[in-house]
Amino acid sequence: MSEKPVKLACRNLWKLFGDGAARFVARHGAGADAAAIQAAGLIGAVRNVNIDVRQDEIFVIMGLSGSGKSTLVRCLSRLIEPTSGQILFDGRDLLRASTREMIEIRRHKMGMVFQHFALLPHLNVLQNVAFPLEVQGVPRDKREARAREIIELVGLGGRESYFPRELSGGQQQRVGIARSLAVEPDIWFLDEPFSALDPLIRREMQDEFLRLQNMLHKTIVFITHDFDEAIRLADRIAIMKDGEMVQVATPEELVLNPATDYVAEFTRDVSRAKVLSAGSVMGPVLRESETAGTVSQRARVAQIAHQVEAADKPFAVVDAEGRIVGSIDRRRVVNVLIGRDAGA
Amino acid sequence: MTIAGRRLTPWAAFWLAAAIASFFLAAHGASMTAAIDAGWAMQYPAAWRWPLNAQISAAMKWLVEEVHFHFFTFTEMTRGLAWLLKQPYDFIRSLLVGGFVRGLGRDAVQLLPSLSWLAVVFIVAAMGYYARSWRLALLVAGCFLYLAVFGKWNSAMVTLSSILIAVPLGVVGGLLLGIAGYRWRPFDRVLTPALDLMQTVPIFAYLVPILFLFGFGPVSALIATVIYAMPPMVRVTTLAMRAVPSEIRDFAVMVGCSRRQMTWKVLVPAATPSLMVGVNQVIMLSLNMVIIASMIGAGGLGFEVLSSLRRLDIGAGLEAGIAIVVLAIALDRLSQAFAQRSGYRHSESSNYLTRHPWLVTTALVVLGTGLAGLFVPALQDYPASATVTTAPFWSDLVRSINIAFFDQFEAAKVFMLVNILMPVKRFMLALPWPWLVLLATIAGWQLGGWRLATLCLGLSVFIAVNGLWELAMVTIYLCGISVAIAAMIGIPLGILATENAHAQRIVGAIIDTLQTLPSFVYLIPVVMLFRVGDFAAMIAVILYALAPAVRYTAHGIRNIDPQLIEAGIVSGCTRRQLLWRIKMPLAMPEIMLGINQTIMLALSMLVITALVGTRDLGQEVYIALTKADVGRGLVAGAAIAFIAIIADRLISAGAARTRQRLGLA
Repeated sequence: MSEKPVKLACRNLWKLFGDGAARFVARHGAGADAAAIQAAGLIGAVRNVNIDVRQDEIFVIMGLSGSGKSTLVRCLSRLIEPTSGQILFDGRDLLRASTREMIEIRRHKMGMVFQHFALLPHLNVLQNVAFPLEVQGVPRDKREARAREIIELVGLGGRESYFPRELSGGQQQRVGIARSLAVEPDIWFLDEPFSALDPLIRREMQDEFLRLQNMLHKTIVFITHDFDEAIRLADRIAIMKDGEMVQVATPEELVLNPATDYVAEFTRDVSRAKVLSAGSVMGPVLRESETAGTVSQRARVAQIAHQVEAADKPFAVVDAEGRIVGSIDRRRVVNVLIGRDAGA
Repeated sequence: MTIAGRRLTPWAAFWLAAAIASFFLAAHGASMTAAIDAGWAMQYPAAWRWPLNAQISAAMKWLVEEVHFHFFTFTEMTRGLAWLLKQPYDFIRSLLVGGFVRGLGRDAVQLLPSLSWLAVVFIVAAMGYYARSWRLALLVAGCFLYLAVFGKWNSAMVTLSSILIAVPLGVVGGLLLGIAGYRWRPFDRVLTPALDLMQTVPIFAYLVPILFLFGFGPVSALIATVIYAMPPMVRVTTLAMRAVPSEIRDFAVMVGCSRRQMTWKVLVPAATPSLMVGVNQVIMLSLNMVIIASMIGAGGLGFEVLSSLRRLDIGAGLEAGIAIVVLAIALDRLSQAFAQRSGYRHSESSNYLTRHPWLVTTALVVLGTGLAGLFVPALQDYPASATVTTAPFWSDLVRSINIAFFDQFEAAKVFMLVNILMPVKRFMLALPWPWLVLLATIAGWQLGGWRLATLCLGLSVFIAVNGLWELAMVTIYLCGISVAIAAMIGIPLGILATENAHAQRIVGAIIDTLQTLPSFVYLIPVVMLFRVGDFAAMIAVILYALAPAVRYTAHGIRNIDPQLIEAGIVSGCTRRQLLWRIKMPLAMPEIMLGINQTIMLALSMLVITALVGTRDLGQEVYIALTKADVGRGLVAGAAIAFIAIIADRLISAGAARTRQRLGLA
């Protein structure tokens, strides 16, 4: 798989709350452990985090409340000033940018969606979506034309003159999404965007989000505390605990090789058939006459389960170029479906 | 903490001992101090006095007479400022009453008539409809019609014009100061104590310096009104800005708002509903100042009340007082409706006329009545022949009440004076001042550590050093008794209001009315029924200060987590047990804050009751006002403010500790 260039990265990023945080990090460097931080009377919200977010990928940061994920994303956008480390945006260290430069970067290159929508109550939908452009000084007709375009895109056409309090939660978040896209950002931060919504609406919004991403191909940092949501949306997932990165991997790798018991705890109840691909559970290559057809190496087991189960013969597994790389039969599918260990 | 009411904690034991010692000192303090030749402890020696009041007066004199900045003197500067303020005031006043004229006296030529009474009534009614409903429109129009029918129109319009200038000044000034305090921490640290002082120093105390600087007239009254009405707006602004959700602030940063955009495009609009509460407060406080402001030349309704009160013309005073109340009710309901307006609804229409039907209609009515008024005078000015006066009715009513119930009133008054007021007053005056300073300091230390202890010590010593100790004791005794009675009436009323919906409506209405009345208005019936003296003052103070005790109690009880009450019911509490074991303890911090507010209101009312002949710090301030003695007024005013600050800090610290103990913080 060809790797896209890194869009946003952070190196040895620390955020400690409390007096004398900077001195503490300077003295201890990367070696500071939880006990030392606590002894110094500090709170370690982000501890020595290194991540690389690649162009066009959906990078999900997953953690329970208090794990530091919200602080991390606010450090990445410099809403919170990190204690130390580097934040590289297109190779440039954001922490060295002046206030003026940060305003310019935020105006043109960043978009953010908030958990509780953060819509301005005194502006209607159109004005809310056009607000980021208004702040830049874009003339009214131009910014409103652009706003109408995006409102249409997120499916709120006809509601332009409504005020936030007249909309449902899901609709409000659509406005939030539209607003964050108004400036065509290079990087799109979403801070638990669907957590405040009802489960059914949440699911609908996740689909909507994937649909938008298929059209727009943004580089996305997505925060969530919901592992199922992470699995559904992520290209890669970073799991945080107590301010530290525990594991950064694709959903499939997380399920197959959890780095710690903590990660395993999350993956245990995940529907494996929806995560594992045919490639990861396939058997040896068979002769063509022994197979009933082909399935993609990247297809999820859940997607092909019905097909494989219904056929008498196994299916050949092919890679992106159409070469046969293995096979999958009923037994292997059933193993995944009922959660039996593949080796057994 | 007491365990089953039997064992005393060290602090409880200490205060019990202190109380016993106090009684002992009150009885024998004088003879004891005389025996050890320490008479200074009973009466602060005149030789030790700090002549602060003289120093302030001298400084003021120097400021007014000597200071000048090269091109102009200090006085010229302040008078210039007054001239600047006078321009918009004159404009509004001409618009509402009198019309625009050129020339003076006999040669005056009217250029343009003022708004006709019909136009004004229509404008306020349209505002009422726009802000809420037909019912509000009718109420507001009714209030203004009342003013016309009862012959108070011109006075009311004079008063309204100063309100219309004072309120925007207070709102904009308060908003800017509040924003500055929000954006800039060090400024906030200076601002908060300054606001405390502005709110606790009695208004009378700063009337004199304002008179010196700005001269007698409506502008000085305006300035005094703004100083009095602005502090809540500053506080509301800072609070409202802090209460904007952090996500909205983060959002503004993320779209790259500059600081200016952040403040004016995001924070202020997002905080508007809360800010409107502040606007309502500014309006109500401005109206509260109407009568006092007329002492330095505001004119209007306030002047009518004041002059009738001086003539002891109860009927006329009451009538003008009621007119102020009517105006206050109209403006209060109107501004509250604007504050709570459901707002931010979309409208389909794009046509200006159809989107703003009221603006258009109102403009038409204003023009129409203005033109018609040129030909039919009754449309321009409400005809004097059609006015009604109720003054004789009120005078007769009061006279007949006094005749019929004189003995009962007199008996109640004498009973209270002999059995409660006098003994307490004697007790307070018999205590040596160092002893009370010590107790205040210890209380400060117990509740808030050495910082609060230092504050209590410093402020109480200030009072003694300025030779105001005895007057301060009279203030504390009157305030203490009034607050105790207000609490005894107010807390049960607050509880009652939470017990059933019917009572809640009635109590709510009473409290709303009590809070709408300007403080001066309380004096009128009290003087009518009880004439002058401490007892009359006490009744006025209780009435004025009652509202917060009721309101905070009801609020505290309503805010208790319903699960805790359910837990009580499930454990089989009777109603009485529910009240005493669950509701009262949990509502206690809130009730303490209510008492705190009651104390603040009582102290501010005590200054006004100086008019009915009390002999406390308030009287000192009032005398200074009549003698135009800047230093004397300010020092006595500061002493009242310091009593208020000590009480406020001690009670707030106590409430905070209770809340922490209950895990409510």
